[in-house]
Amino acid sequence: MPGAIHAEGLVKTFGDVTALDGVDLDVPQGTVLGLLGPNGAGKTTAVRILTTLLTPDSGTASVAGVDVLKDPTEVRRSIGVSGQFAAVDEYLTGRENLDMVGRLYQMPARQAKRRAEELLDQFDLADAADRTAKTYSGGMRRRLDLAAALVVHPPVMFMDEPTTGLDPRNRQALWEVIEDLVAGGTTLLLTTQYLEEADHLAHAVAVVDHGRVIARGTSDELKARTGGERVETVVHAQADLTRAAELLDRHALHGPGQGSVTVQRQTRRLTVPVSGGTKLLAEVIRDLEAAAIEIDDIGLRRPTLDDVFISLTGHATAEGAQPGGETSGEEPK
Amino acid sequence: MTDIAPTFTSTAPRGRGGPAQSVRDSLVVAKRNLLGMVRIPETILFALFQPIMFVVLFSYVFGGSIQIPGAGLDAAAYREFLMAGIFAQTVTFATAGSSAGLAADMSKGLIDRFRSLPMARGAVLTGRTLADALQTALTLVVLAIVALLVGWRVHAGIPKALAGFGLLLLLGYAFTWIGALIGLSVRSPEAATSGGLVWLFPLTFISVAFVPSQNMPAFLQHVAEWNPFSATVVAGRELFGNLPPHYPTPDAWPMQHPALASLIWSVLIIAVFRTLAVRKYRRSA
Repeated sequence: MPGAIHAEGLVKTFGDVTALDGVDLDVPQGTVLGLLGPNGAGKTTAVRILTTLLTPDSGTASVAGVDVLKDPTEVRRSIGVSGQFAAVDEYLTGRENLDMVGRLYQMPARQAKRRAEELLDQFDLADAADRTAKTYSGGMRRRLDLAAALVVHPPVMFMDEPTTGLDPRNRQALWEVIEDLVAGGTTLLLTTQYLEEADHLAHAVAVVDHGRVIARGTSDELKARTGGERVETVVHAQADLTRAAELLDRHALHGPGQGSVTVQRQTRRLTVPVSGGTKLLAEVIRDLEAAAIEIDDIGLRRPTLDDVFISLTGHATAEGAQPGGETSGEEPK
Repeated sequence: MTDIAPTFTSTAPRGRGGPAQSVRDSLVVAKRNLLGMVRIPETILFALFQPIMFVVLFSYVFGGSIQIPGAGLDAAAYREFLMAGIFAQTVTFATAGSSAGLAADMSKGLIDRFRSLPMARGAVLTGRTLADALQTALTLVVLAIVALLVGWRVHAGIPKALAGFGLLLLLGYAFTWIGALIGLSVRSPEAATSGGLVWLFPLTFISVAFVPSQNMPAFLQHVAEWNPFSATVVAGRELFGNLPPHYPTPDAWPMQHPALASLIWSVLIIAVFRTLAVRKYRRSA
């Protein structure tokens, strides 16, 4: 039985640009699929097709059991859409925005009003309910946009880069809302440029590049394919680089002597793929101390989206952005 | 979440469908647009400023130098002659408001929000044009008061004058659909503002609105007399009783039957541009 969101062979071209080149997706009911990829990979095009905003050149799709191409109106009744650009009317108040969306979901006036009230409370916007959205902060607008998507308790939700541009506190708050929704049985398709976000929210991840799904799996599986975790250290003296490299090589994931240590002479930085987490990190530090190699910095790094991309495609993401985490351009061998 | 949505069902009621739902959804959108207008009153003030400026400039600067057939060089007669032209120009300039408004909605992602909702497909555009028409009506009222202050009078009775305003409003409504198509076709709100305006200048000036067509070269004379805009201007003049007593009416059919021509032009414009705009709306990417 196909999932709550199901797509087969989606193709879409704009002029000579192929935005989607045969995309298959399946999101079982009550789960979250993270669509991961750089800008221009085709994530947004896929979401626009599934939310009835765009017609594919070929392929089929169904949402909540309804054919997207044959009965778009019926699909629209069952979905909530929240976009990267908070699509609220800035000249309307928060209350008026939600009321309008409720009416356009064909609710009777009283029901739309009552629902707007509930959502304003739930999203902590009650105090700002009668101010125009123009006066809202970025986080408040994003909450209002999400509230507008939830007016009819849609069984299927689409969120296009929900936390892009949000500060960490607001991102955390939005993640909590999304977790609650999913706990309540909502099926969610989420696009993101952040592996961390997919990691946190998604049951499964599909990595999209150049309009194709190039990898699927849980985020743990993806990270394992990328080379898992690695130890990164900066030694104090350039003269210690060779000795440190030999020492790190003994802890390499695939055993010593495989040439898996990356050395950057200029920055005195060494990187080695490992497994074993903090326990191993402690061992490495002890070894370095025992060898009297002074270090400026050491840490256990998880793979970034860039790493996943380089390992899967051989090229970096367009943005290379990672919230809160650090970005690394080198490929662990 | 306090309540859990059951499997595969949303709490969205099924729409009534058909014209009833179209009217209902259009009114919801119109209300939204009117609220927006009230909250940016500058827009309405600027919309008023230009026609008032035109009334004053044309009446007092050009008034004494433009010859009206049947009245000669008579500033008072020119003012009467002019007013229907200013009214008509004002209603067509409202077009720019629709195009700018829709282009802004597109760029902010609001059109995407609307298109993902189970609403009547033409309602976003109909709501917009209805709200713009209401704003135009308001502008016309203010303008008529200014016109009365500078000496314009209605000489053919109130019912005919109301019919004249009716034709003007209908023309304005028709033109907002052209504006809607422009707004959905351009890439930015800035382009919509200029794109919504530039073509209105030749359209309103190569017409009988400000000078009689008899004063133009033969080629322009034909263009001016068949210009949809001219038909409404002349219809307005007739219905307000603003034509000089011995004014020689040009032979072109729309000039001989201006009210009917105005009606036909407006309905035709609505039919064509509404179809194009709604199609564009449904396909806009």
